[in-house]
Amino acid sequence: MELHDHGLADLRRLLQKKEISAVELTTHFLQRIRSVDPQLRSFITLNGENALVQAHRADRQRADGSTQALLGLPIAHKDIFSTRGLRTTCGSRMLENYIPPFDATVVERLEQAGTVLLGKLNMDEFAMGSSNETSHYGAVRNPWDTRMVPGGSSGGSAAAVAARLVPAATGTDTGGSIRQPAAFCGITGLKPTYGRVSRYGMIAFASSLDQAGPMARSAEDCALLMDAMAGHDPRDSTSHPQAAGQFSAALDRPVRGLRIGVAEEFFADGLDSQIAEQVRAAIAQLESLGARIVPVHLPHNAVAVSAYYVLAPAEASSNLARFDGVRYGHRSQHADNLQELYQQSRFEGFGAEVRRRILIGSYVLSAGYYDAYYLKAQKVRSLIREDFRRAFAEVDLIVGPTTPTPAFALDAKTEDPVSMYLADIYTIAVNLAGIPALNLPCGFTREGLPIGMQLMGNYFADELLLAVGHAYQQATSWHLQRPDLAEVQG
Amino acid sequence: MSFTTDTVKRTASLARLALPEADLAHVAQQLEGILVLIEKLSAVPTEGVEIMAHPLELQQPLREDRADGRDLAGRDIYLKNAPVSADGLFLVPKVIE
Repeated sequence: MELHDHGLADLRRLLQKKEISAVELTTHFLQRIRSVDPQLRSFITLNGENALVQAHRADRQRADGSTQALLGLPIAHKDIFSTRGLRTTCGSRMLENYIPPFDATVVERLEQAGTVLLGKLNMDEFAMGSSNETSHYGAVRNPWDTRMVPGGSSGGSAAAVAARLVPAATGTDTGGSIRQPAAFCGITGLKPTYGRVSRYGMIAFASSLDQAGPMARSAEDCALLMDAMAGHDPRDSTSHPQAAGQFSAALDRPVRGLRIGVAEEFFADGLDSQIAEQVRAAIAQLESLGARIVPVHLPHNAVAVSAYYVLAPAEASSNLARFDGVRYGHRSQHADNLQELYQQSRFEGFGAEVRRRILIGSYVLSAGYYDAYYLKAQKVRSLIREDFRRAFAEVDLIVGPTTPTPAFALDAKTEDPVSMYLADIYTIAVNLAGIPALNLPCGFTREGLPIGMQLMGNYFADELLLAVGHAYQQATSWHLQRPDLAEVQG
Repeated sequence: MSFTTDTVKRTASLARLALPEADLAHVAQQLEGILVLIEKLSAVPTEGVEIMAHPLELQQPLREDRADGRDLAGRDIYLKNAPVSADGLFLVPKVIE
């Protein structure tokens, strides 16, 4: 087993026992990124020199007796998190030269826990996409088959973790952007309860849906990250006062006696038969661990995608109004007056998918359409939350597939936005309700592509999801499989 | 069809987004497809249903309306990302002749 094959928790033990140093670890991963990533393109910006400075500091701190929870562990951030002094592009031409003057709270908290930052990870532009193909910095490839997409929008994070370029990464999830790429790349990813992880310094897409979370190789590794990431932040007005939690400490909770709901709505037409088979097998495994399986119903899941494509673009069109070519970001050289400066800078700075969502959002919010679309969608959002409320009165968790299909081929859906949107058909309702959900690897297709199952919990059940994920991973080895990637001499 | 090229033009103008004439028909067609997807909402009965504006029903926290140290940390730092600036100001094309 090579150094990069260890997960975060293993590496932490090795560091604590002083069997390796943070500098060795950082040097090893930077070298691996340089030799493997040219075929994946999961990184936008490397933080090479600074990472080594941080690693040296971590080793000194350990020698001085520091016991910071994540001291010396290398991670990477999705390029949506503002990093002081380090370029933050959000996958867009608009922010090609943007150097944030401050750190996102997530970045600050993980740095305070002692992590070493290896770099910034590729993503769909402004987190809008399910394949990573909308990035201005090139499509990311799936490490299990480089002809396939890694999913999105946190596709760089998922690909880098799966390819062992970094033991863990951050992601964000507005409609499935942590869970769907985690499923496509065979890793573990948690979308926390809305309000548990601060949104401060995380470039906004749809503020009532956006939530940051960990992406790693196991539930245990995700819990380690959550211990540091979650917590109340007065700088985010939607941060929950009781956001903090003891995620690692709660991992040993037994599965025995838990009631796990299965919604037949998630096994309807359109679900790939190999995924259905593997997820049903995983449900049987949870039952053999002592859970009781209970049928539940989520009748409004069928219209979740429709409600989402009103609400998310509406919020995006408002959030992205700040990009005007004046204070930061791309400024057009082809404008004679202020109106043209706005219009041309936004046209040149935004890619086609971002422009489409701004247009849809502006349309549904415009005079005469607001009630028919925006208010209607807000009411349907209530109904979706009510479905979950009713279900969680009967069960502790709900389990189902994370995606309707395994990873699809590059370019397969780029000309048909609606078919791309339907890739998130099982993940979107969770964001609309604001509840937590976890992707766990649970098998492979005959073609060798990963399959993921999704565990959904009630508000603040994040700890329970990770505990059940941990128990499942103690009994299975899907999460330990690794793609076969050649190192390319750079 | 709801999304004519005129609708696209009007919406793009609201969004302060320049779109080349040549793209309008294609964009209209794609937006129409998205509109068909969201039109499915009209079949859902919502009489008497309250809107959901926020996942957790929390009170909006308020603070005193006063700049904190962070806001005053330094104009120059913020101006560093400005495409064009001078004398501590963001520059834009002349607005009044």
